[in-house]
Amino acid sequence: MFLYDFSELTSSIHNSISSVMSPLATTVVEMVIAGIVFLLFYALVGLILVYAERKICAFFQCRLGPMRVGKWGLMQTIADFIKLLMKELIMIKNADKLLFNLAPFIVIIASFLAIGAIPFAKGLHALDFDIGVLYVMAVSSIGVLGILLAGWSSNNKYSLIGAMRSGAQVVSYELSVGLSLMTIVVLAGTMQFSEIVEAQNTGWFIFKGHIPALIAFVIFIISSTAETNRGPFDLAEAESELTAGFHTEYSGIKFALFFLGEYMNMFIVASIAATVFLGGWMPLHIVGLDSFNMIMDYIPPFIWFISKTAIIIFIMMWIKWTFPRLRIDQLLTLEWKYLLPINLVNITLMALCVLNQWHF
Amino acid sequence: MEDILLKNKLDKEQEYFINMGPQHPSTHGVLRLLVNLQGETVKDLKPYCGYIHRGIEKMCERYTYSQIIHLTDRLDYMSAHINNEAVCLLVENALQIEVSDRVKYIRTIIDELTRIASHQLWWAAAGMDLGALTTFFYGLRDREKILDIFEETCGGRLLVSYNCPGGLMYDIHPNFQKKVKEFLIYFKKKLPEYDQLLSGNVIFVQRMKNVGLLTKEKAISFGVTGPSGRASGFSSDIRKKEPYSAYGNVKFKEILREEGDSLARYKCRIDEMWESMNIIEQLIDNIPDGSYFTKMKPIIKLPEGEYYQRVEACRGEFGVYISSKGEKNPYRVKFRSPNFFNLSALDHMSRNQKIADLVAIMSSLDLVIPDIDR
Amino acid sequence: MNSFTKYFSDLFNGIHSLITGLKVTGSYFVRPKEIVTQQYPENRATLKMFERFKGELTMPHNNLNEHDCTACGICEMNCPNGSIEIISKFDVIDGKKKKVLDKYIYHLGMCTFCGLCVKTCPSDAIIFGQGFEHATFERTTLNKQLNKPGSVLKKEVKE
Repeated sequence: MFLYDFSELTSSIHNSISSVMSPLATTVVEMVIAGIVFLLFYALVGLILVYAERKICAFFQCRLGPMRVGKWGLMQTIADFIKLLMKELIMIKNADKLLFNLAPFIVIIASFLAIGAIPFAKGLHALDFDIGVLYVMAVSSIGVLGILLAGWSSNNKYSLIGAMRSGAQVVSYELSVGLSLMTIVVLAGTMQFSEIVEAQNTGWFIFKGHIPALIAFVIFIISSTAETNRGPFDLAEAESELTAGFHTEYSGIKFALFFLGEYMNMFIVASIAATVFLGGWMPLHIVGLDSFNMIMDYIPPFIWFISKTAIIIFIMMWIKWTFPRLRIDQLLTLEWKYLLPINLVNITLMALCVLNQWHF
Repeated sequence: MEDILLKNKLDKEQEYFINMGPQHPSTHGVLRLLVNLQGETVKDLKPYCGYIHRGIEKMCERYTYSQIIHLTDRLDYMSAHINNEAVCLLVENALQIEVSDRVKYIRTIIDELTRIASHQLWWAAAGMDLGALTTFFYGLRDREKILDIFEETCGGRLLVSYNCPGGLMYDIHPNFQKKVKEFLIYFKKKLPEYDQLLSGNVIFVQRMKNVGLLTKEKAISFGVTGPSGRASGFSSDIRKKEPYSAYGNVKFKEILREEGDSLARYKCRIDEMWESMNIIEQLIDNIPDGSYFTKMKPIIKLPEGEYYQRVEACRGEFGVYISSKGEKNPYRVKFRSPNFFNLSALDHMSRNQKIADLVAIMSSLDLVIPDIDR
Repeated sequence: MNSFTKYFSDLFNGIHSLITGLKVTGSYFVRPKEIVTQQYPENRATLKMFERFKGELTMPHNNLNEHDCTACGICEMNCPNGSIEIISKFDVIDGKKKKVLDKYIYHLGMCTFCGLCVKTCPSDAIIFGQGFEHATFERTTLNKQLNKPGSVLKKEVKE
């Protein structure tokens, strides 16, 4: 049915490994392989996203962006990364040493855990839980723990304010993220990512679920931007108010981990949005146009996935580089007075749609 | 009784002070604010000045009158030309020298260009303070056009050093009028973009509205002048009250607002840019012929006495007081710098506001720190 | 009902204002012509300063290695910061002892570019040059001697 099916490839790898090893060793080896692949993917996506952000924001601002290192400044992020690696790790006096060092890793581990559940193509995902949506929501909210710890252990008043803001923000916006995903779960009838994607074979959910799905999509973009601490919801950093918020005291590679974590979280929420609303790796199918669907099938699913994710990331960057930052009480007002009630109405609407077969 | 003492003691212990500055992104300089916080709410704050105190007033006592001018640049560097003009007008009035109309017109045009440039940078920084970084680049991009005009005519970009007692350093560049007209056409297209990007934005309006309220009475008692004072309804435009240079010859209206909040201060400045363009339009084609410089004695000596001259700088009333003993140096110089007075209202305005509001209030006041410390 | 309509009108007005803002930045994104960045070291060849640009103080010499400075010291007196030092010597010219310029020291690091020296110079011996690349590793290199070695005062043209 699908031109590109990676489940044969993965199962053949699994069979060849298990033919020479015991089941336990097979699991370990497969985990190590998956880990290395994700690590490489991580570094690659981080580098590309940082470069893309700098270039895109430059074009919004009538600038050229990095142009010096390599052609069109392509090597700029690599140069920056080397610089960050070589920087001194400043140890803060009276800081809680254990938590101070642990915090960036918690942020990075949370995003690592989340990325495993994302299907990149058919049969190309590390974990395929039947509660995938729930799992991603659960592990991605561990990241805020790292931010809270970083702010608290830095022994800096600005950091503490930033961490407290972040706590209040993530706790409230987690609700909206969850409810907007639930809207689609109601439509799909499953929480498993692979099944959600395959259910979109006849049309992406944003088209299938029409009005409620569109509202859920917009709410998901807004609240997931808030959850990743990106502008206009970057209150935890709030450069002009709190200098750098929770990572004021971090330097060198520990700062780089926070930085990378922010971009990876952005990638993860964008890819979840792409998977749940825009069909993930599923090509654009229109019922009735078989030849069109055939042509679309020839484009590899990985390209579909990445381009959908890229569009959503671009929208998030566009939003970040246009709007001013909200104040903390306005941020909470937006969530509790606007997004949450709309979301609750929306999920009811979606349930009605599904019951009465109003969706396509 | 003991309960109250204990409560006070606990309050004292639980006070949460943060130092905003001297190195802080939103103070735009080396201003230090000791902010007493309760959660996110500002209970009170104390500005500590003096981190960039250079003793300019004392230095002036050893300088000749033409040398003083270049020091006034260094107060409010965004309104450098206007500050220079204050000293020049003072010396000219004291010696009763009549400068030609040409000088007056050119001075006025450059004053207004300075005002637009200053407000452009303020707009850019105001957006940046609230987190919209893109405005910073748009504001600076447009300001660059004015700086190029300055560079061509005056030789300097920021600190133009174009005024001298008796007139101007040199005549305007032949391209000056053409370039200014080109700029007006350009900026009239760009200024509505400012409104689309920031003024109408719902997030921005929410951040600024009803934040940092300053009533007219308080504005007068704190001496908050300029756009910040006029946003509270304090009619304080020196250009209207005591017209100097060519301001008597042009028609323009003083921008006044009643609300007194940060949004009113913001809108006041945006409207002032339109009004400044209006003034320049009236003058640019009518620059009369004449000498750009009235010959003066090589060593200027002011007659014994006390002199005061005030002008409308970009941020409010800028005054120069000079007490002379008839020497070539002044006996005592005092500058009435607008930012010092505007800063004094900050504590009153930011009480019981959020810490993010404090940033919004500061950016709406448009403080320039070297002007505060002198 | 009133508050109900207000809730929705606020919501839609807010969304509309946000989209207006997005349009502005979006329109710049698709118009790369609007980019104003100048790539500085690369554009050195085309970078022209305006003629009145105050880059540094210079003393023009003609091709006979002559300048106009009479070492009168007016510029030194007028300089607010003491950036100019004039070291003069006495030479015997046509049997008369005459004060001539030995060294014209200019401290670029102290100069505030107020322009008083150029304005007050009675013989127009100094002008502002367009050079602006003054960055150095040592402060002492900012102390410059403006008159070239061996240069003399321009002889007055006899009519």
